[in-house]
Parts: sequence; structure tokens; C-alpha cells
Amino acid sequence: MPPRKKTTKKQATKQVGRKGREKTVEMIEASGTAQKRPLSAAERMASKQREISISEFFTKNRHLLGFDNPQKALLTTVKEAVDNSLDACEEARILPDLSISIQDKGENRFVVTVVDNGPGIVHAQIRKIFGKLLYGSKFHRLKQSRGQQGIGISAAGMYSQLTTGKPVVIISRTRKDRPAHRLEIKIDTRRNAPEVLSDTNVDWPETFDTGTRVEMEIEGVYRGGKRSVDQYIEQTAIANPHAHISYLNPKGDLLDYKRLSDELPRESIEIKPHPHGVELGALMNMLKETASRDVKGALIRDFSRVSDKVAEGICDAAGISPKGRPKQLRPEQVESLHRAMAAAKLMSPPTNCLVPIGEELVQLGLEKGTQADFFTSATRTPSVYRGNPFLVEAGIAWGGGLPADELCTLYRFANRVPLQYQQSDCAITKAVMDTDWRKYKVSQARGALPSGPMVILVHVVSVWVPFTSESKEAIARYPEIVKEIRLALQICGRRLSHYLSARKKAAEEGRKHSYIETYLPHIGIALKDILSLSEQQEKQILIKLKDTLERSRKFV
Amino acid sequence: MAKKKPTDMKKLIKQQAQDVKEKILAGKKPDMKFPLRALSNVRYRPGVGYFELKGRKKERTLTVGTVKTFAQTLRMMAFSKDLVEIDDIATKREAYYVSKNWGPARFNEQPESDTVIDDVEALFQVNREQLGFIPEEKGGDVAGKLVVVDKDRDTGKKLKIDCTKFGSGAYSIPISVEDLGFETQAEFILAIETAGMFQRLVKHNYWKKANCILVSMGGVPTRACRRFIRRLSDEKKIPVYVFVDCDPYGIGNIYRTLKVGSGNAAHINEFFCVPRAKFLGITPDDIEHYKLPTHPLKEVDVKRAKDALKNDPFVQHHKQWQKAFSKLISMGVRAEQQALAKWGLNYVIDTYLPEKLAQTEKFLP
Repeated sequence: MPPRKKTTKKQATKQVGRKGREKTVEMIEASGTAQKRPLSAAERMASKQREISISEFFTKNRHLLGFDNPQKALLTTVKEAVDNSLDACEEARILPDLSISIQDKGENRFVVTVVDNGPGIVHAQIRKIFGKLLYGSKFHRLKQSRGQQGIGISAAGMYSQLTTGKPVVIISRTRKDRPAHRLEIKIDTRRNAPEVLSDTNVDWPETFDTGTRVEMEIEGVYRGGKRSVDQYIEQTAIANPHAHISYLNPKGDLLDYKRLSDELPRESIEIKPHPHGVELGALMNMLKETASRDVKGALIRDFSRVSDKVAEGICDAAGISPKGRPKQLRPEQVESLHRAMAAAKLMSPPTNCLVPIGEELVQLGLEKGTQADFFTSATRTPSVYRGNPFLVEAGIAWGGGLPADELCTLYRFANRVPLQYQQSDCAITKAVMDTDWRKYKVSQARGALPSGPMVILVHVVSVWVPFTSESKEAIARYPEIVKEIRLALQICGRRLSHYLSARKKAAEEGRKHSYIETYLPHIGIALKDILSLSEQQEKQILIKLKDTLERSRKFV
Repeated sequence: MAKKKPTDMKKLIKQQAQDVKEKILAGKKPDMKFPLRALSNVRYRPGVGYFELKGRKKERTLTVGTVKTFAQTLRMMAFSKDLVEIDDIATKREAYYVSKNWGPARFNEQPESDTVIDDVEALFQVNREQLGFIPEEKGGDVAGKLVVVDKDRDTGKKLKIDCTKFGSGAYSIPISVEDLGFETQAEFILAIETAGMFQRLVKHNYWKKANCILVSMGGVPTRACRRFIRRLSDEKKIPVYVFVDCDPYGIGNIYRTLKVGSGNAAHINEFFCVPRAKFLGITPDDIEHYKLPTHPLKEVDVKRAKDALKNDPFVQHHKQWQKAFSKLISMGVRAEQQALAKWGLNYVIDTYLPEKLAQTEKFLP
């Protein structure tokens, strides 16, 4: 307990502050009530320490989750629902068929409905998935998927609840011979628990056998153009050529993105963490939860690329007995184990777990999605950052109807999800700017994106995409990732450059030809005039001269 | 010397065209060789007294890139052949307008057609007047003890023009002076830079007093003016004295061009210069001797003077001129002809010219 004098001193300073600032009023009154026995600082602080409700947390951190403004909120809501639907379909090995609609209810209210033909959701899980934040199957595993944290769809529900007071309405059917469940769910924001307003069996309104239909009413703003929902869906169609997406926008336009490939992407494989990529805190949790009885066993069982010998080597380097019990390791022992793991020589993590879109389909997607003349794409072989396997794909569309005198358009994707915001913070943008486009005959101001009639597409695939924030808008700039992106871009750049030189050469040929056509006759006229030639002679000279000039390769 | 040989222009043009035609028929790219028109491509020949081409040439080969200029050059040659055939002339501007009939081969601006005309002229090493092309520029004014013998355009009869009878006006040198005759007893020709000084000397009938012919050059003398003085001085064996401002332009450009010709027209300098010309003034020494009011040399003046010392074959040949230029640079000033007015308006007539003419042997080369 601090001496009394000090407390009074503090009070005095607070009171000085009072004159100027109203904010401090509450604090001073609070301390005023405890006149008999002044509270200790810790006690006073304790009086303010309470459980933060999930809704408060959400309201304060909505920018982290992508709900910072009404326009973005609309996009994020659609995006979370679409991500979930696509993930579900792929995991169930079903060719996705999505229908998205945004209905304008006036006064900045929109009803967002997303229907998929996925496997549906088991009745008991529906309430948890939509009514509880941070509930999901994806956070605890390392597997290439769109969603990662289990925050998305419930955050959208929370946003809907906070802005319109309406529950999320879910209809889902998991089997053809079963009824569909219809649930209206709210989130009990104090307990972070679902609150089911209604739970009924209904007729399945869709034509396919199983699937899920999510409906949310939210406050938002709809705009076209850059970073709009429309663009997000267009780009989603490019990155998911195996999906059929129909989209009814608030203006009432029905946009239909046809399936470009009837082949489902190979299923991505879940992998165990690689010792090089694990964080200390995560390691502590893993050791606590492991099913193995000794440290060596835990290393072998819970991590990839750890053999018997490697595990012993790590234990040896960390000065820990391989037979020790993982749950009983002291914090400093875990730390030295962590260091030993990072230093160990290991095989790279398995990379067959990654499923790219593929060169052919990237190109096909660009061909469908842009009005250009030239298309190319490249898919790199997998690589590793911090023990996490990743790979990069890139594509370029050039010319045609693309605007010629603007900066290029950049399509960024992570695990097939288009990234719309925070372009300047993204590893992809950095790599595009770092690439010397002038080498490929594309103009580029120093430290800027290249300009010209060009769309650049970059797709980063990983079991764990390192986003800069929870709203998943920009990829962190790990040097390994930036480098791989640059290499992919360089492949595309070289092909573009070939195309451009071929086109330039053709244009020059044409110019040469027209130049000859234009001025040659005047040489004929002059010679005929000076030398009094016959028409026949003039013609003969011109034929001969034209032949000589066209055979000469050099322009000058 | 220096009687211009009549050249058969038609024949020259035909030869060139024939050469082009034969190369084409042989499956080769035709080319034309033009002498390089620049001061760097001339040498000063003191024996004959003018700049002569050193013979460096630029070759214009017909390629896709040059086909337009090549066609224009040939068409200009064809036009020149027509002019010569019917004994007509065209000003350079008229030639430019004629090209407007050439469709895509036409010239867009007159400087383009002027360049082609200059090239053709240099190609054949002739004067553009021989090709039928004349400039718009004025030839220069003449007053004093001279009778010019011209022809009446209609009757062909001799026409005697007495240059003493123009009062306060003057005889104007025509574009072509080749067929003019001269009658004179004058003792010298005085070539003057500015029209203002010329007017003063004419107004006070200075030519009567000094028994001379006054010529106003109006800056750098035109070809016609140079040719006129040349023929007159050659035929009548009269000395030529040049009276210009004392600055690098007056000496290095006006006087030098009159005396030995220019780099740009080196192919015709033989006929368009006056090797017997001598520099009366104003000299750098005059500035000191007559205590003339001066202006500081501008940056371009200094550059011009240094350039002359470094690159002008004429200046490099004459020690006296190198000294004069160096002196001018070190003095850092220039003086105009009319600065003599400081000592009285007619000081130039009463004192300066008589004093200078009393010692013609001291004139700069």
C-alpha cells in the first residue's frame, strides 16, 4: 500500500486537471467515495477490471475484422459467407454452385443472402458456427483454406446484430432424405454464446440435395468500381474457375459467372507444423496438449519432418532428456527446446499439401475476366517461409480494351480469395513495384506500379498465409514470399516482352511498307520527268526499287 | 579570273538522275553524295584568297528511312530542270509552295525545302541561281561614281544606270549580277555594315569628295552583294575597303564572309567572295586611338571571338587577326561605327575616313 501522502498528491494533480477536462470527473468522484479508508491503487484498478464482452471487443476492433466502414462492411459480409461456402464445397468434394444476392432495403440496409450446394451443416453445429465468435475448424490446423481463424462469419453476424438488430437466418440440409433446418440465431454478446430465436424444420427451397443458405441484414453502403462487392465477385470467379457463381446485385442486375473447369481442385492436405515455423507460445500449448508421453515422441508425432534421429538431436542440443514428460517441462526448458528446433537441420515441409489454380486456369480466368489481347501465366514450385510451405502464381493480361494510360490493375489473391484493401501494405504490391518492368518494355515510374493496358494477377497459396491483420487484406512482406512473387512475375514479364517485341516488329514492318508505298511513286515521277522515261520504264524502275528496299532488313 | 563558267545544269541533273536509275536497275540502293557544309570542312587558300571545300561528304543512301527526303530531293531536281529549260526563276518560298502539289512528298515548312535546295546546290557545286532558285533577300544598296550597264527586259537594249543620280536614294543590287557591265573611274569601293552610316555618307555626297563607290551591306552581305563587289572590283581593278563595327560579329562574320566566303556555302565561295577586300575599321586600335565610347562585350561576343581563334581557318592564317581578336577579348568592349559621332556628326567624313585612307597600307588583311 503506497503512503497516504502520495495519494493526496495524485488527487491534487487530478483536481488541477479537472478544471480543464471533463473526462476526469468520474475518476475523481470514484476516489471521493472511499473517504474512510483510501483504496490502494491495485484495489482501485481491480474495481475496473471486468470481463470484456465480445460485443465490446468487436465494436472497438471492428477495423481489424474488416468492418471499419459501411461500404467495407458489406463487402466483408459477402466475402465471409462466400469463403465459407467455397471451403465447405471443396472439402466435401462438390463442384461449387453459389448464388449470392444483395437486396437493397433502403436507408442503407441490405439483405445479404448466400446459398451454396455444399454438404450442409449438422444441426447441432449451426448455432455454434454462427452464434459464437472464434469457433471453427480451421484455426487449429495447417491446411490451405480460405478461412483461417473462425472469426469471419460470426463476426458478420455480430455486425448484423449490432447495426440492424436482426438475427442471422440459416437454412441447411445435410441429406436428401432429411428435412432442412431453419434457425434464427443471435449472439449472446455477454457470454459469447449462441442464442437461438427459432429452430424449425422447413421444406428445402433449393434444387440441389444438400447445402446451406445464410441470410443477414446489415447496415452498409453499396458502390460500384474499385474495391466493390461486384469486383470481389468477379475476381472470385477468376480464382475459382471450378465454381459457378450467380450474383444479383442491389441494382437488380443478375451476373452469371459460368464454370470454366469441371474439375475440382485436388484436395489440399493438412500438414503438421514444421519445427522451423512454430512460435514459442504455440509450442508450449502443443506440449501441454500432446498425446505423447515423452518429449521425443511429441516431436516426432506433432511435427513434420522430425525423425527419430532428428528428435534426439534436438533434445540433445536443448539439453533435455528425450524421455522427459512434455507436460512437465519448465518454461526455460521449452525455450531452449524452441531454440534447438529452430537451429536443427531439417527437410523442408511437405509441399504437396498446396493446390494452386494452375497456369492454364489462371490464364483462362484472365481471358474470361478481362478484355485483353495477350495472356500469360506462371505457377512456381512450392517454397517455404518460416517452416510454412507456400507457392506463388502470377498472370498478366495485356492490351485490348484495357485502359492504356493508367497504372496497371493488380489482382491480389490469397488461397483463391481476392484481396481488396490495403494494397500498398501487401507483399504482392511490393514485389510488383520491385520488379523492373522497363526491362519488359512496360513503362514504370520509379517506386510505382507499372503503367499500361495491363492486369497483373498474383496468387499466394499457403497452409498459413501471413496476413498483416485479422481482416486478411494484405500479405506480410516475408522476403521469401516477395522473392517468389518476383520470380513468377519475371516469367510472365519475359513472355510479355516477347509478345510486345513481336508486335512492335510487325508494326514496324507495316510502317516500312506504307512508307515505301507513299514515297516511292515520287521517285518514279521525278526520274521520269528528268530523264523523259516512258511509263513502262518508270514502272520497271519502281518494281525493282521496291523489291530492293523490302528485301533490306534495316529500316534506316 | 573568276569568270563564272556557264554550266549546263540540265546535263548535270540528268547525269545524277541517270546514275540513280542505273543503280536501281542494278538492284542496288541508289545514293547521292553531298559535300559537308560546315566550317570544319573548309580550308583557307591564301593564294587564291578564299575558303575551299576539303572534300568530306555525307552520303545519302536510299533506304526506307530516307525514302521521303530522297524523293523530295529528286523532285526538287526535276523542278529545277523545268526552271532551267524555260529560263524562269522561282524564289525559295515559291519552290516551297510548288511542292504542295507533290501530295505526301510535299514540304510542311519552308526550312525543309530550303535545306533540300541547299543540298542540291552543294551536290552540283553550283550557285542556287543557276538552278533557277533565288532568295528573297535584298542584295544591298549602291551609290557613287559608278554606271551599271543592264539590259531592258523587253527590248534587250543596253540600259545605263548612273549611281550618282539617285539623290538621297540608292541603286539596289539585283539578285543576279552575272550579266551586268560596269563603267567607273572610282578609286575604291567602300563596303559599309550599317544602313545608317551609308545614309550619312550618301547625304553628304562623300563619294564625290573621295571619288568612290559606296555599298551598304546591311549586316552579313548576301551572295548577290558579294558577287557584285567581286565582279566590279575584279573588272575595274579597284580596291575594296570594308568599314564595319568593331566587334567579333563585324569582323568574324561580316568581313570574313565578304572576303573569303562561308563554311555553309563553301562550294561556291570561289565566286562569292572578295579576296582583295581590306579591313579599314573600326579596329581595336581605333577604339583607343579615337577614344571611342564602348559597350561591354556580351557573352555571345566573347564566345564568338574565342570560336574564331580556335576554329576559323582564316583567322588562324593571319597573325594580325589573332592579335586583334585577342586584344578585343582582353579589352572586353566593342564599339559601333556610329560611335564616332561622339566627336561630331561629320567627324567620320571630315577626320576619320581621310586619316584612315591616308594609310591604306596599314589596313588589316
